[in-house]
Amino acid sequence: MGNSSDLLSIKNLSVSFGGLKALSNVYLDLHINEVVGLIGPNGAGKTTLFNALSGIVGVDSGELEINGKGHKWPKAHQLIDLGISRTLQGVGLFPELTVLENVMIGATKSAKSGLISSALGFNGRDEKRLREKAMTALERVYASGIADRRADSLPYPVTKRVAIARALVSEPKVLLLDEPAGGLGAQDIEWMNGLIHNLAASCSVILVEHHMDVVMSVCDRLYVLNFGEVISSGNVETVRNDPAVIAAYLGVNN
Amino acid sequence: MNQFITAVLTSLSSGAIYALMSLSLVLVWRSTRVVNFAQAGQAVLTTYIGYAVIQKTGSYWIALLVAVVSGAVIGAIIDRFFMRPIFKRITSGPIVMIAPVVATLGLLGIIQAIIGFVWGLTNQSIETPVSNAGLSLNGTVVAFSLYNALVLVIVTLVMVLLTLLFQKTNIGLALRASAYSPEIAKLSGIKVDAVRTLGWAIAGAASGLAGMLYIPNTYLYPNAMDVLLVFGFIAAVIGGLESMAGAVAGAMVLGFAINFSTSYISTKLVFPTAFVVLILVLLVKPSGLFAAKKGRSA
Repeated sequence: MGNSSDLLSIKNLSVSFGGLKALSNVYLDLHINEVVGLIGPNGAGKTTLFNALSGIVGVDSGELEINGKGHKWPKAHQLIDLGISRTLQGVGLFPELTVLENVMIGATKSAKSGLISSALGFNGRDEKRLREKAMTALERVYASGIADRRADSLPYPVTKRVAIARALVSEPKVLLLDEPAGGLGAQDIEWMNGLIHNLAASCSVILVEHHMDVVMSVCDRLYVLNFGEVISSGNVETVRNDPAVIAAYLGVNN
Repeated sequence: MNQFITAVLTSLSSGAIYALMSLSLVLVWRSTRVVNFAQAGQAVLTTYIGYAVIQKTGSYWIALLVAVVSGAVIGAIIDRFFMRPIFKRITSGPIVMIAPVVATLGLLGIIQAIIGFVWGLTNQSIETPVSNAGLSLNGTVVAFSLYNALVLVIVTLVMVLLTLLFQKTNIGLALRASAYSPEIAKLSGIKVDAVRTLGWAIAGAASGLAGMLYIPNTYLYPNAMDVLLVFGFIAAVIGGLESMAGAVAGAMVLGFAINFSTSYISTKLVFPTAFVVLILVLLVKPSGLFAAKKGRSA
């Protein structure tokens, strides 16, 4: 369970939809520069945990600590203020905007100019700063060369990179990646592995992923969810050999 | 030749006013997925406020400013205290899409009834701030006045300002992001509810301006903006309902079609022309004329 040195700690998290218990007394700790994998069969509650942490679904009960300090569960628009950023399963780029604009959206929170100065065009310095931040984030995912392209003109694997750049632009301490390898071919998965490794140098990552080879190669520790409960946690070897996990999940694939 | 030039000029000036209304409808549609029938009520209410200011001060320009600002305030109030509670309470079922639209229809009735109580049902008029007499072209007086030219200039300036706001500023980016995907906008730290209210405020200001520019050419009464709502809506649909550039283009198409048909065929063809144009566009391009426009680049 969590201690004061954890970057992020979730305790006794319960979420329900109507009468259905989606998460029950879930716990999770994340240390600095660590990649933690969240795995489990379909419907186990992985994305619900992300949604609860990012304020998209309401929480029945549970405690959230960041840097050892208790926090209220954030609303979605407060997430960035807590140093947390996330990607969505469905990529979720704005099709009509350019790649640069899509990434800049992730940095709009740091804009300082108000409505009137913006409307009158007095936000040049702000614009320049956001643009530079967005370009830096695109460089981190090796996508700065496509900054001017419209998002709906990109091949799927590239949209995944842009979505990650948008999450990185706010310079998060915690990055929530929801199935970053989903829908990718072998070569792109290999590339994504390397990217997640690199990201962990500057932030901590919680990863929801179905590709077991990705999970096993990039994660320092794993939490396994089944029917909304944590059935196992620990390093990759411990989890891999846990009979409960083999029965619930890994056994199906291995 | 004069007839042609007159038709072109009047098309531009009436198209400009349709554009303000259609832009208001598109702004609200993009931010909340609601066709805001109350826009006509908001526009006429702000014009009555402008009318009251003229009675007090005698200045059209002060009245115009007050009407635009009160349009923004009324738009924001409607979203914050009327629409937002509806969205929060009705989250599922077949009524989700239709309830807010019906609510705006009800609001239109309420606003028009309040206007009737306060100002009465008789026609009022607002004097144009500059001459509304037809200009002289090659020695012939044409049906295009200095006032029509002024309308064109004001609307063009507003369009440029709005384009800059949406395409070149962070707030514009937040408005667009909230319209496309509220969930992602929220996760990016954008206060989507506040941004939506801002969208309603901008729409309210634009429709307030439309009212103050349109009414001097006609009379002011509680239903005075209903026709403009219909034309604004047709223009918005022609333009694809999603695109601001489309809303302006749709308004211009409509302005030209109506003015040319009434100028060359019959003055009775105003409404038939509007609906024929709408049907033709929907038959040829059901999603409307306009796709997206170019955004920021590196």
